[in-house]
Formats: sequence, structure tokens, C-alpha cells
Amino acid sequence: MKRLLDWLDHRTGVKKLTHEVLYENVPGGARWRYVWGSTLTFAIFVQFITGVFLWMAYSPSSQTAWESVYYIQHQMTGGWLLRGIHHFTAHAMIILLALHLMQVLIDGAYKAPREVNFWTGLVLLVLVLALSLTGYLLPWDQKGFWATKVTTNIVGISPMIGPAMQKLIVGGADYGHHTLTRFFALHAGVLPGLIVAVVVGHIYLFRRHGLTPKQPLRRRDAAFWPDQVLKDTVACLGVLAAVLFLIVRPRLFSADAPLGAELGAPADGSEAYSAARPEWYFLFLFQFLKYFPGESEVWGAIVIPSLAMVGIFLMPFLGQWKLGHRFNIGSLCALLLGAGLLTYLAYAQDRADPSYQLAVRQADQNAERVVTLARARGIPPTGALELLRDDPLTQGPKLFAKNCASCHRFDGHDSRGEVPTETHEIRTGETLAGIASTNQMTVQALRDLNPRLGDKLVPGEKLAVHPPPTAADLKGFANRDWIAGLLDSDRIVSAHYFGGTKFKDGRMARYVTKDVARFTPAQKEQLKEVIVALSAEAGLKSQAEPDRRDGAVIEKGRQRMTNDEMRCTECHQFHKPDEDATGPDLTGYGSREWLVSFISDPAHTRYYGKRNDRMPAFAQNQRLTPHSIELIVDWLRGDWHESPKDTLK
Amino acid sequence: MDDSPHTPSSDRREFFKKASAIVLGGVSTAVPVAAGVQFLLDPLGRKAGAGESIRVTTLDALPVDGVPRQFSVVAGRSDVWNRYPASPVGAVYLRRVVENKIEALHAVCPHAGCFVDYVAGQSGFLCPCHNSRFALDGRISDAKSPSPRGMDTLEVEVRNGNEVWVKFQNFHAGHPEKVPVA
Repeated sequence: MKRLLDWLDHRTGVKKLTHEVLYENVPGGARWRYVWGSTLTFAIFVQFITGVFLWMAYSPSSQTAWESVYYIQHQMTGGWLLRGIHHFTAHAMIILLALHLMQVLIDGAYKAPREVNFWTGLVLLVLVLALSLTGYLLPWDQKGFWATKVTTNIVGISPMIGPAMQKLIVGGADYGHHTLTRFFALHAGVLPGLIVAVVVGHIYLFRRHGLTPKQPLRRRDAAFWPDQVLKDTVACLGVLAAVLFLIVRPRLFSADAPLGAELGAPADGSEAYSAARPEWYFLFLFQFLKYFPGESEVWGAIVIPSLAMVGIFLMPFLGQWKLGHRFNIGSLCALLLGAGLLTYLAYAQDRADPSYQLAVRQADQNAERVVTLARARGIPPTGALELLRDDPLTQGPKLFAKNCASCHRFDGHDSRGEVPTETHEIRTGETLAGIASTNQMTVQALRDLNPRLGDKLVPGEKLAVHPPPTAADLKGFANRDWIAGLLDSDRIVSAHYFGGTKFKDGRMARYVTKDVARFTPAQKEQLKEVIVALSAEAGLKSQAEPDRRDGAVIEKGRQRMTNDEMRCTECHQFHKPDEDATGPDLTGYGSREWLVSFISDPAHTRYYGKRNDRMPAFAQNQRLTPHSIELIVDWLRGDWHESPKDTLK
Repeated sequence: MDDSPHTPSSDRREFFKKASAIVLGGVSTAVPVAAGVQFLLDPLGRKAGAGESIRVTTLDALPVDGVPRQFSVVAGRSDVWNRYPASPVGAVYLRRVVENKIEALHAVCPHAGCFVDYVAGQSGFLCPCHNSRFALDGRISDAKSPSPRGMDTLEVEVRNGNEVWVKFQNFHAGHPEKVPVA
């Protein structure tokens, strides 16, 4: 063994090198404040290791980036752990960089002759930030996609070369495959290469000038090994423990929370994402930008941050001035405090912003949903976005809110929890109570909606109101409860059913309010059978079990609909062609086919014919594609993929 | 705090420090490396989705006189995260042995993987690549055939009276034994 070492040493000088590495003099002995440089080296090592392994499963293109990260995170053995370590070590590095910079500045380790070493450190800081920025885009999820778009747009506003730079970084006019290939090459090739080169220089210069000890020296000088090495390894282990804690942290609060780094829903350039935020360490810049409206953005985004960077670069020179050192420390503290304050403001404003909270909730729902679908069905070759675009549960509420909610409601709102609002211009002589009652609101609700409203109404001023629905509430359409409400003399003319439509004065409403209201108890029992039978026409997923159980009742109800007792077929067609039918066809009422055709053209003779009240034919003039209509219908009918776990809930 | 060097207790303390530094450093390094290696070995734990039964045709489509007929096997294909729509993944020869008993042969020659032809005149199969000959039941019918084994039989069953389902699998070519590709 010894001979082998001697041989190696003769050829390489390894003994001397090891000796130099291990027995560097530490003036005043080992101290905890010297550990930050080592923890950063350790973090870079961890990022290289985990990064190369992640590379083996990552695929940079707009149809495979999210998909491969999904597979890493949710399918591969230990993928969540590996990705979690890579993700949270990146976060840890930001904190370690700040600590290292502070220690160097406070201990005066940036002053002559160590200026160049200080600058290489600043270059490393910028390189690490660039790695964070490029890495944020690679999973190609909504969050990273939209946040990075903001960054590249900022590049675009820089004077002169901005637009060309932006195009070069993005790899074209818009985000796509080449954005990912470029960012990935930067993230896994160019930047790590530069980091290695600069780290080597940084450590070389550090060794050349030696450690800058904190005065006064408390102990005798000691060698780097083993005292300082032990302190360094303890610190590295501490960093690792913090990272591992952050990976498992979500599980401490909820048993089925996802472990490790977050993965949002796949990027969708056609769907603006208002919850887009940069990672926490860039939030201060994000917040800072809010104070620079319009044309002045370039100041907040580029000029001032660059000047601050230049200021830090010049610190070794400022330090030569009598009060320079204190000035430098003061400036850095002011910068860090300012950044901290801006970060706090950014968080506080988001917390107080309901529309941001709603966007985050929807983003979380989409992220969870797409994983459920990907697990159950696999991902089509066109990408995971298709899973969400074809999913009634995801698209139904959006389509309903956009196309249906101006007249209809879903459980009293627009299906996403918001009640549509309109502006009402106050006319002379109107009272608050009057406006409230025409909109079927309470005065208090009206006041809540318009917090600035004074006691006196000024004609010509505008008020926000919730207009009453002008068509039926479609939650649970065609299920037993819904039909029972329609056939209830107290409810049919309410806003929930025909109240907002002209059908409130029609024959059906008359039949229910006059005839059904006078039903004998025996007839009421028969009506229940009719309700069950009519509802069974829809074939709803949620009623599959009761429909199967009540076969006999359904059969009886069907007979009652067609014979003279209930008089349904006086106006409606039911399983038998009837040219004289004036009301909508009840054959297959509420079924997928029935609803799709109905929404496509409600004025068709099969439905309302000439009696149709304002509802547009959605299939005409490309108001909605056939696929969109199907999505709305499947969602209204509660027909979407459910994983076994969802049904347990 | 001035320790004079080389007392037994200071030696012990030095040794303890060195050992701790090595152990702690080792642990810190091992965790990310272990996470990576575990991740790297992921494919070892995954089996190819071999041997799923696939509906190939109906009983009516098979001639009653026992002449084999080739059918393509259509199945969805998976590649890591992607699932592709159903497309042909291979072919089988189906032959009615008696009324309701069917035999299925993989249409690929076990010698080098060429598609085997049915030759009506000789009521047997011929591989066009290297002239291996097989009987109707798949056994080698000519001793000069280079194929190391007969055509690969596949499990087949008739479901719901008329549907023919085949447990479709690929086997390694070139070996005397029939070893599934998994």
C-alpha cells in the first residue's frame, strides 16, 4: 500500500497536494463563522450529483418536459426525493450565499489584496441566481412558465439590444421547444461549467491569500484538518437535514400532501395564470417592479438592480476610505433589509388578494387533477395538457362561467364560487331598497357589494349589483331532486327554475301551480313515480344505483306519463313520435345526447321550437365547438373520471 | 484553553474529531448519491406489460375446415409516461382445431424474427427468410429448418361464446427454449 502511494506520489505529487489542502493554517483556530464557503461547495456538489441523475429522466420539449418531470416526481423510485433534494438545495444555496457574503463583508475579507477573490464570489452569486432562474422553467408547469415569461419580457425592455436578446434567450418569438432546449443547455451545461471554472479560481485565490481571521484571535492557530473540517461537515449535515425536512414538511400537516418539490399543472400559453410568482428569493424584485409604472419599468427592473450590483462590486475600493468598511456593512444590511421588507409586502399583498387566492386554489386543483388523470390514463403523445383540456371537471366550470352564467346559475353562483355582477346606473328617484328588490338582493348585500356607497344616492353614479338569474339553476339538472323542484307548485316559478324566464307564465307553470297544487295524496304518490321515471331517462352516473334498484317504480312512472292521469304527453313527446307536441321532448330527458342537441339548438322543434326564450343556439356561428358543448354536458351530468380515492371521499 | 500536544487524552480527542469528520462528511455525501443511485436503478423494478389478453377476432371469422388465418393484434402501447392509441403490435395465426377449440401461433419465426407465411399447397408454414418449415400445429416439419424451435404457441380462449382472446407475448428469437421478452 505504502509503495503504491509512493509511486503515485512520485508521478503526481498527491501527498503534497493533500497536505496543502488539509493542513492549511487557520489563524486563531477553527470557528463556526468560517463554515459558509464549505457549505456552498457542498451544495454545489449536491446539485451536480442530483442534477446529473435527474438529467437521465428529463426530456426538454414542450410536450415532454412536464410529462417527464411528472414521471420523475410521481412514478420513479425515489424520484420525489431526488427532485426534492435538488429543488430545496437550490433554495438553501440562496440563504448560504447571503450568509457567506455577510461574513466576508463583516470580517473585512473583501479588502486588499482580496478584491479579485471578492469579485469572483460575486460572479458565482450571479451564476447561481441564473441557475435558479433557468431551472425554474424546466418543469414547464404553469408557475414556472408564466414567471419566466415575466423575466424574459424584462430582458426585452432593456434599452437597444433588449428585443434581440429576448428573442435569443427564448429561441424565437414565443415560448416553445427551443426555449426549453436553450434553458436546459444553460442550466445543465454552460452555467455549471462556468461555476466549476470560477469556483476553482475562487478557492485558489482564497488559499493564496489565506483566511481572514476574525480579530482578536481567541486561540492558537490550528490546521484546517481536523478541527475546521469537523465544523464544516457538521454544517453541511445541517444543510442536508434542513433540505430533507423541507421535502417531508407537507406530510407533517396533511397525510396525503405531496412530498418534495411542487409540480403545477402543465404550462398552457393560452390560459393566463394570475397566480404566477417568482420563487421567494426573487419576490423582492417582483414587488419592487410594482412601484415603477409604465415606461419607468426599466428603472426598477434593470437600472437600479444593476447599480446596486455595481455598488457591491466597488466595495473593495470603498473599503479603503476611513469609514468605508462601516459604510459597506451598512449598505449591505440596508439592501438585505429592503429586500426583506419588499418580500414581506409581496406576501402580505397576495394574502389580502382574494383573486390571487382563487387563482392559487384553481392552480392547485388543476395540478392535482392532471396527476390523477395521468395516473389513470397515461399521457397522450400530444402532452398532458390534453388531459386537462378533455376533462369535463376542469373545463366544465370554466365554460359554464363564460357562456352560461350570464343567465343560468350553478348552485347560486357561476360554478366557480362567484356571483356574476353587473353595473347599474342610478336613476333619479330610485331608492336603495328599490334597486335591491329589482335585483332580488337584500339592502345589506347591496351595501356589502358597494362598500363606498354613501347614504344618499346620486343619479348617474354606478352601482355594482348581482343581477337575478334569468334562467334555471342547473346544479343537479334532471336528477330526482331537481325534477321534484320543477314539479313543485311552490318552486317552479321561483328564480331557481322558471322565475326569470317567460315560461313562468307558460302552460307548464300553470299546470304545476294549478293542477299539481291540487293533487290528492294518492296523485302525489303517483307523481313521485313520474319523477323517478323521468329522472331515469337521464341515466346519471350519480343515480346509477337507485335507478337500478327502482326498475319497477320507473316502469310504473313511465306508464303514468303516457296515460291520461298525469297528462305529460298532452304537450310532450315521450318515446312515441308526436307531431303535435309543443313542449320539449322528454325521451331521454337530461341524457348526454339530449343535452348536447338541446344546447346546440334549443329552438329546434324537438325542444322549445318557436317558444324558445332567448337561449342561443350554441352550435351555430361557432359560439361553442361540439367538443366544448360535450364538456359542459358531461360536467353538468357529473360524468367525469374519478379515481378510486376520489370516490372514497 | 491551551492544550499541550501529545497527551493521551488530546490524542484521543484528535482521533475522535477525525473520525467524526469522516463519518459526518461521508453521510452528507452518501445521501444525495444514494438518492441518485436508487433513481437510476428504477428500470430494474419495472416489468414489461407482457401477456395481457387481447381480443383478436370473432369465432365466425375462422374457417371451419381448420385452415389457419392471420390476424393482426391491436393494442395500446405505453412508453414511460405516454400511452399511445391502439395500433397493431404484432400478428397471430389462428386455426380451428375442432368446433370450439382454437390454436394460436405467433406469426413471427423463432429463428430470426421474420414473419412466417402460410403456404396453402403444402398446408404448413414457411419462413421466407431462411426457409424454416413448420406444420399446421407449429412444429418443425423439415429437419433442415434452421429454426431452433417450433413456432411459438400462445394461450387463446373463447369468451362470451364468440370472441377470440389471445394472450399476446413476444419471445426471444434464436434460442431452443421459449423465453418471454419481459
